[in-house]
Amino acid sequence: MGSVARSPLDQRERSQGASGGITISGVNHEYRPPRGRPVLALDGISLEVADREFIAMLGPSGCGKSTLLYLVGGFMPLQQGRIVVNGKQVTGPGPDRGIVFQNFALFPWKTVRDNVLYGLEKQRLPKSEREEIAQHYIDMVHLAGFEDSYPSQLSGGMKQRVAIARTLAIKPDTLLMDEPFGALDAQTRSLMQEELVSIWTQSPTTVVFVTHDVREAVLLADRVAVMTARPGRLKEIVDTKMDDLPQSEVMKTRKYLDMVDYTWNLVREEAIAADSEKDR
Amino acid sequence: MIASLWRFTPLLILAVVWEAVTWMHLISEFALPRFTDVLTSFATLVQELAYQAGRSMLRGGVGFLSAVVFGVLSGVLMAWYRPVRILIDPLMRCLYPMPKSALIPLTIMWIGLGDASKMTLIFIGCLLPIVLSSYNAARGVEKILLWSARGMGATEREVLWEIAVPASLPEILSGIRISLALSFILMVSAEMIIANNGIGYLISVLGEGGDYAGMFAGVITVSAIGFFADRVFVMLTNRILAWRE
Repeated sequence: MGSVARSPLDQRERSQGASGGITISGVNHEYRPPRGRPVLALDGISLEVADREFIAMLGPSGCGKSTLLYLVGGFMPLQQGRIVVNGKQVTGPGPDRGIVFQNFALFPWKTVRDNVLYGLEKQRLPKSEREEIAQHYIDMVHLAGFEDSYPSQLSGGMKQRVAIARTLAIKPDTLLMDEPFGALDAQTRSLMQEELVSIWTQSPTTVVFVTHDVREAVLLADRVAVMTARPGRLKEIVDTKMDDLPQSEVMKTRKYLDMVDYTWNLVREEAIAADSEKDR
Repeated sequence: MIASLWRFTPLLILAVVWEAVTWMHLISEFALPRFTDVLTSFATLVQELAYQAGRSMLRGGVGFLSAVVFGVLSGVLMAWYRPVRILIDPLMRCLYPMPKSALIPLTIMWIGLGDASKMTLIFIGCLLPIVLSSYNAARGVEKILLWSARGMGATEREVLWEIAVPASLPEILSGIRISLALSFILMVSAEMIIANNGIGYLISVLGEGGDYAGMFAGVITVSAIGFFADRVFVMLTNRILAWRE
C-alpha cells in the first residue's frame, strides 16, 4: 500500500480549493408513482459537507437518505433546491462523483480487471496507464490473482472490494456510498470498514456514506446526519470525530460508546415513528 | 462423450420398436414404412436430401439471421428511445397473435414464388420473439448498472451498447433460440405449400408420389438438422455467457 506515492494517479490532481465539498440547499423530492398519490421523500434538506469530510447519513428505511445520495450523484433530476459539489452545480452524473452501491452493481460479463478498467477507458487515458492504474487499485483492495475472475465467481466481500476499486480508480473528488456494506456478513463488514478507513486515510476525499447501521456511522464518519422518518428532514447532525486510534481501540473508548448510545436514541425515535406510520 | 451418448438410448429403443411393429405388421406399411426401408431410402436419396436441405438452409438462414439483426436492434432501440417505441410497439402488438403461416399466401402474392417470399415469411415469423425478448430485456436492466456506467463517465449511447445490451444478452439469446425453432417450422410449411425445391418440397413430393420411406427420410433429415442447429446454438450461448455461474 506504500506504493500510492508512485501511482500515476497523482499526476491527475483533484480539483482543489476553497470551493470543495458539497452544498445542499432547500432540496425537496417527491416520488410520483404512476397510480396513487405522490409521496414526499425529502423535505427541505440543507446540508454543508466540508471538503474531505466523511459524513454519514443515518435514518430509518424509507427516510429518503438514498434518494438524497442519488440526487447528489445526479442520477435523478433535482425537483427543487440546489446541490453544488466542488463548486459545480449538479446537473447529471459524472466521474467527479464516484458511487458504490449496496448490491455492488458490477458488470457481470466483465472480469474484475475489465470492471475496474471501464471507468478509466471513459477517461480516455492511454492503455498502459489505464492498466497500471487498474492493477494498482486491484492490489489495493487485495484482489491480486483474481483479475480474470468474473463477479459470479467472487464472494460478496470481494465483489464489494471490486466495486470500491472501480470507483476509486477514476479518482473521484467525492465518494458516494449507498449502504456499501449492507449486504455483507458481520465479519466481512468489519474488515471492509477497516479497509475503507485505511484507504481514506491515505487519500482523503469527501465521502457521503448512507447506512442504517448506527455503529458503522459513528465509527467511520466525522459527522453523522440523522434523518427523520418520511418525509425525510434533517433531525440532528452529530459530531462523531473519534480519536486517532485503530478501529478496534476506538470501539472500546467511552466517547465512542456514548456517541453510539446518543445517536442510537435519535434514530430509535424515528424508527418508531416510521413503524407507526406503517401501521396506520 | 460416451456418457452423453447414453442420453440417446430412448431414440434407439424407439427405432427398435418402430422396426418391430412394422415387421410384425401391427401397423400398415402405408401408415408407417419400415425403419430399415427408411434407412435404405436415406442412403439412396442422400445426395438429393443434401441438395434440397442446402436450398432450405439458405432460405432459413437468410430469413433467420436478418430477423436476429433487425429484431435485436429494434427491440433494444424501442426500450431506449420513446419515438422508436411509439412507432414499433403497435405494429408488434398487431403482429403478435397472428399465425405467421397465414401470411404464406400473402407473401407469395406480394413477393412471388421465389426464395424471397419464403425468406420474408421466415423473417417476419422469427422477428417477434426476438424483438419482444430484446425489448423486455433492455427495459429490465438493473438501473444501478446503468447509473454506475453513467457515473464513470459513459455517455447515454455508450451505456446502451456497452452496458444495456450485454446485460440483456441472456434474455435476448433465449428469444433467438425460440426463433431458431420457428424458422424451421415456417421454412418447411412454406416449402410444402408452394416451392420447386427445398426439403419441405421434397417431403411433400415424395409423400404425394407414394414413397413413404423416402418421405420419412426427409422428415428425419430436417429434424436432425433442426436438432443440431439448436445444439450448436446452445453451445454458442454457453460460450457467450461464460461469465454466468
